[in-house]
Amino acid sequence: MESPNPFDFYDVRGLFSDDERAVQDMVTRFVDEQALPIIADAFEHDRFPKELIPTIAEMGLLGCNIEGYDCAGLNNVCYGLICQELERGDSGIRSFMSVQNSLCMFPIHRYGSEEQRQRWLPRMAKAQVIGCFGLTEPDGGSDPGTMKTHAKKQGGDWVINGAKMWITNGTIADIAITWAMTDEGVRGFIVEKGTPGYTARDIKRKFSLRASVTSELFFDNCRVPDSNRLPEAHGLAGPLSCLTQARYGIVWGAIGSATACLDECLRFVKQRTLFGRPLSHTQTIQRRLANMVRRITNARLLALQLGRLKDAGRMHHSHVSLAKWNNVRMGLDVARDARDMLGAGGITVEQCPIRHMLNLESVITYEGTETIHELIVGRELCDGVAAF
Amino acid sequence: MKILALTKYVPESTAVIKVKPDGSGIDPAGVKFVLNPFCEFAVEEAIRTKEKNPAAKAEVTALTCGPAACAEALRTALAMGTDHAIHLCDNAFAGIDELTMARVIARAIAQRGFDVIFAGKVAIDYDSGQLGPALAECLDWPHVGAVTAIEWGADFKSLTARRRIEGAEEVVEVKLPALLTCEKGLNEARYPSLPKLMKAKKAPLETLDAAALGFSAAELSPTACATRMGEFAPPPPRPPGRMLEGEPAELAKQLVKILREEEKLI
Ligand SMILES: Cc1cc2nc3c(=O)[nH]c(=O)nc-3n(C[C@H](O)[C@H](O)[C@H](O)COP(=O)(O)OP(=O)(O)OC[C@H]3O[C@@H](n4cnc5c(N)ncnc54)[C@H](O)[C@@H]3O)c2cc1C
Repeated sequence: MESPNPFDFYDVRGLFSDDERAVQDMVTRFVDEQALPIIADAFEHDRFPKELIPTIAEMGLLGCNIEGYDCAGLNNVCYGLICQELERGDSGIRSFMSVQNSLCMFPIHRYGSEEQRQRWLPRMAKAQVIGCFGLTEPDGGSDPGTMKTHAKKQGGDWVINGAKMWITNGTIADIAITWAMTDEGVRGFIVEKGTPGYTARDIKRKFSLRASVTSELFFDNCRVPDSNRLPEAHGLAGPLSCLTQARYGIVWGAIGSATACLDECLRFVKQRTLFGRPLSHTQTIQRRLANMVRRITNARLLALQLGRLKDAGRMHHSHVSLAKWNNVRMGLDVARDARDMLGAGGITVEQCPIRHMLNLESVITYEGTETIHELIVGRELCDGVAAF
Repeated sequence: MKILALTKYVPESTAVIKVKPDGSGIDPAGVKFVLNPFCEFAVEEAIRTKEKNPAAKAEVTALTCGPAACAEALRTALAMGTDHAIHLCDNAFAGIDELTMARVIARAIAQRGFDVIFAGKVAIDYDSGQLGPALAECLDWPHVGAVTAIEWGADFKSLTARRRIEGAEEVVEVKLPALLTCEKGLNEARYPSLPKLMKAKKAPLETLDAAALGFSAAELSPTACATRMGEFAPPPPRPPGRMLEGEPAELAKQLVKILREEEKLI
């Protein structure tokens, strides 16, 4: 029997349907042809590769798991595979897609009025409208329930005041899904670019997710009509359910980063000769590679079963937490170890591990930090008592 | 206007090809198949012609000839934007040569009133490049090979095609109906779209087998074909490289001597 494929040791791809494989192949090709040739430069120069957006939209990746509204209506495993392939390119590209899909189109679809859906979703699928998701604030992201941004009802309008921080796509967004405290609890608003009192500014000097736009949003007596409120979103459950969607995509994305690092690393250790033999013939290197493959294999199986649960409507939010925690930790450890095995060459952006490693420092923090996900799982084990 | 784009399902260009032990063909196990890149240009050109010339009221059909698995090539074409797809599907079509395949296709499309056919210049599996010209011959249509640019006549009854030839560019005017084979550079093929792919997965393809086209087993047998694949063999392994050692000036002399006297390259 032939040796197993190091990137998919248990042939998890064999468990996908033909459709799922076809979708994956399409995005694999896009990433190979369009993203990989430009991404290292984009990262180095702190530039979001906007030029990829039209093709991403034409391929129908935006809103791909929404039914109707000019969207493809794919299942969640397909959506996961798209995230995985995009993040094999760069976490920044996957972040762009996650935000548009899971954090913006999802809440409009789930909590919006039919009129809001008709108005925004088809244009968002075509990337004619880009969205951002404003939940985190300068005073602490892990505890969104204490948000300071608030919205006050005045006549038929809402007046929003406050600030949001670390917002992906902020300055390139045409609409901001903005979560604010009201007298009745947390509510979500669609704030359109150009609304007086609403401004955005980029956060500079990042060493992570450099190929992605991260911004601050400011609301200074920003007035929006009640028709821009998401009517079905009541309380913190609204934004948290969006995060569950985005975290689900990250579970798959981290596998993409890890396989990109493994690929680079495998090629290097096979051709590097030290002490008269290829590096790959040493015991320590083989153990480290085996460990990477073990963890990638675990992550793949975890992601697939999570996807199957989600498609069957049986996914609990703590399922996502366990997988986000496991897979991003896996990705980060694999990237760091790959970086190390590349020696000095591994510190330049010419080789992908340091880029993925730096990116994953964001990924392990955003969408719920690793600790928060541990505590979400812990809560399920201990009578539902939250320890955060 | 009715446009036909021919499509072929071929091993991916980076696939590692293994020959079956009995030399009867390549072993498809584990090989990923894709729409032939030159057929992508053909499909793209067909769709662009339709999109850019609403006045032509074009309708685009993709066609492939081969066993069941080849339907994937048609699904890709549909996901790129063709309106219809025809699958000439029969195991008997797997072993026929280009001329016989051209006869099969010619019969399948004879009554369908196509105005123009786009085909790839070559399929990257066997690199023969015969099918396009052979089909034009069977239909008794003009054919322009390896086209890199097309300009349509105002009435869509004729076109001007450009093709690269040794050191120059040839400009060919043709009246329709005509068959054009597409060269790299004609266009950049789009990526298929997911919503269209999902629709294509569900859409029934028009499937015709040998019997439906009135071909007997004898007409499709190897002896009826004009050419026949003899035997497949992997290329001989490359002899190992040779290391020269010494000072740079001495090495250069050695190398020139080898190139001149042993390899007779200079
Ligand atoms: C590149 C990037 C893009 C982002 N994009 C978006 C976006 O588009 N929209 C958006 O709303 N937000 C976004 N975020 C924000 C992100 O979600 C938050 O950074 C994250 O939730 C953590 O919040 P914080 O940074 O305020 O850290 P804090 O919440 O202050 O946490 C600091 C540390 O304390 C730990 N900690 C917190 N609570 C506990 C506890 N109870 N017990 C023990 N330890 C604890 C955390 O795990 C962490 O290690 C983005 C962040 C980054 C880096």
